[in-house]
Amino acid sequence: MLLKELSEARGVSGNEAAVRELLLKAVENTIDKHCIDALGNLLCLKKARKPAANPAAPQKVLITAHMDEVGLIISGFNADGTLRYEKVGGIDNRMLLSKQVLVGEKAVPGVIGYRPIHLIGRSGIEKVADMSQTAIDIGASSRDAAAKLVQLGDYVTFRTSFEVLTEDGLRTAKGKALDDRVGCAELAEALEGEYAFDLYAAFTTQEEVGLRGARVAGYSINPDVAVALEGTVCDDLPKERDRDLSPVTELGKGPAISFRDGSVICDRRLVTLFSETAEQQGIPYQYKRGAVGGTDAGALHLVREGVPAAVLSVPCRYIHAPVSIVSLQDFDNAARLLKAALTKLEGGLEA
Amino acid sequence: MKDLIKKLVEAFGPSGYEDQVRAIIQAEAAGKADEIRTDNLGNLIVLKKGSGGGERIMISAHMDEIGLMVSYIDKKGFARIGNIGGIALATLTGSRARFADGTIAVLYNEKDGWMGPGTLAECFIDTGATSPEDSPVKVGDVACIHRPFEELGGRLVSKAMDDRIGCAVALQALLDMAESPNDVYFVFSTQEEVGCRGAMVAAFGIEPEVAVAVDVTLTGDIPLAKPMSVELGKGPAVKVKDAGMLAHPGVKKWMVATAEKLALPYQLEVLTGGTTDAYTIQTSRDGIAAGCLSIPTRYVHSPSEMVDYNDVLNSVKLLVGMLSAPVSW
Repeated sequence: MLLKELSEARGVSGNEAAVRELLLKAVENTIDKHCIDALGNLLCLKKARKPAANPAAPQKVLITAHMDEVGLIISGFNADGTLRYEKVGGIDNRMLLSKQVLVGEKAVPGVIGYRPIHLIGRSGIEKVADMSQTAIDIGASSRDAAAKLVQLGDYVTFRTSFEVLTEDGLRTAKGKALDDRVGCAELAEALEGEYAFDLYAAFTTQEEVGLRGARVAGYSINPDVAVALEGTVCDDLPKERDRDLSPVTELGKGPAISFRDGSVICDRRLVTLFSETAEQQGIPYQYKRGAVGGTDAGALHLVREGVPAAVLSVPCRYIHAPVSIVSLQDFDNAARLLKAALTKLEGGLEA
Repeated sequence: MKDLIKKLVEAFGPSGYEDQVRAIIQAEAAGKADEIRTDNLGNLIVLKKGSGGGERIMISAHMDEIGLMVSYIDKKGFARIGNIGGIALATLTGSRARFADGTIAVLYNEKDGWMGPGTLAECFIDTGATSPEDSPVKVGDVACIHRPFEELGGRLVSKAMDDRIGCAVALQALLDMAESPNDVYFVFSTQEEVGCRGAMVAAFGIEPEVAVAVDVTLTGDIPLAKPMSVELGKGPAVKVKDAGMLAHPGVKKWMVATAEKLALPYQLEVLTGGTTDAYTIQTSRDGIAAGCLSIPTRYVHSPSEMVDYNDVLNSVKLLVGMLSAPVSW
């Protein structure tokens, strides 16, 4: 299962090579051309396979999914052999305590240790831990011993296996980096289709640190239309009592179509393209409610003279944490919706 | 010019949803434009060709205003909202929102008004609906603040003076311009309130040699205001810097010299928070000499933004003067 391999591959922002290799292997037989640009983006072209039905329809369509995941980077060695670290991308400190990690190219196992409950006291438990008092413990007994296994600047990923939790119903699965390996897997699948326009697929880098890969990918491809595939916030767990509020998205209610997020106001024609396609094909969908987060579409729509852009997401519970949960049913429906919307896009963007 | 201002400020046009404003400006500008087009992000680009030998100048005034987007309709028909741009929360309670189709709603908050909301998450709007089924609005619908244009002595007040007053000044300058050596691209830009996004891509396409944003600025002339030496009625403000941009010294000189030549009042502006389209224009491609002509405005981002009418008229004269002669500094 490609999603399992992608989820378990290690690719913190700036170090996406392992994910890129997997993806290139998965798509190389379906595409006409590919290149890896200076920022590490994997850019693929699948040329039009049929004549354009509508000469005014987009001729260059760019779909992106980012390969990078949030993680950590080694920033120093303590005398006792433990490792100092910094975060790469947005992570809630509270998610880090006691997590298992893998460090560097050699995947050295470690634990982000913290004092046990016995030493924290009743008042300490109420407080957020002081992160400067945490460190990654790889079991080394001295600075020198640690330096033999790990180098300054080594990337750190969470040590989380991918597992399908339920085979029926929502078909839930847990794993790390589902933001945005779900998008990568959908995009690989979309490349199997045949379209009346040139389909460019960009597997991008450094989204989690500021949409950096997508910006240059968009500039070089210069598309007529761009869509970012994402994993997005899913907060459908119990809320405050007595307040009738909405989650941003819900697990199992289908792929989420965004009106906007913190980085982009989506092109309304594309929003309509996705919702109408879903209605016509009987594919469940939901709108993303609320404008949290940024996506590659934020960079893509501002490229050159501006590009109509939209976002299609798979809801991910516990996003940006060491483990997230998705519904494989949502994931399959997102892939179906993407393919059907691309086919509909052959007819052009309606005003 | 007041009729034009009234029409523009009362129009509906939060960021990304500027269509109604664009239609008004397009109709007014059509007779004077040599070329007129709308780009992928909705910017309206109006070219007034020069007689030759001048510069390619971009003027940018943003059509969008701050607004709200519906995120949820609850079981009783109340709608929850998110902000589009920097809404002044304290001004929301008890005011009204208006949707693109004219639907009106009351803005209120869970704390029952008296103390004002702590966060937008505590606010809701009441469209008169009693359930999601009879709600006239749905998730994703966008609203502006509903507040009419009024004249208070020599002052004009309305929602969306930021930046329809800039649109009115740029549009009036286009209508008033006679001969000019310069090719002037009047850009009525989109999505300024969410990060000066429209102007960024418009500047890339136009590739101007000089650019001037026309936008509102804050003042230091209300009780206990944060010190700032810009006042209503003291003339258009020539921007020196704001939080996003240092104005090109040449553009600043050009503006000041034109004001002095025409004997127009002006004030120099140093703004400590906020920015304008000039921020994203300045770093487009290989860099553009950019500045900003500001219209002093009180109560910015509230439902009652106030300008001085003489400042507006003088801003038009200053802009026409700048655009009509060869650019020099």
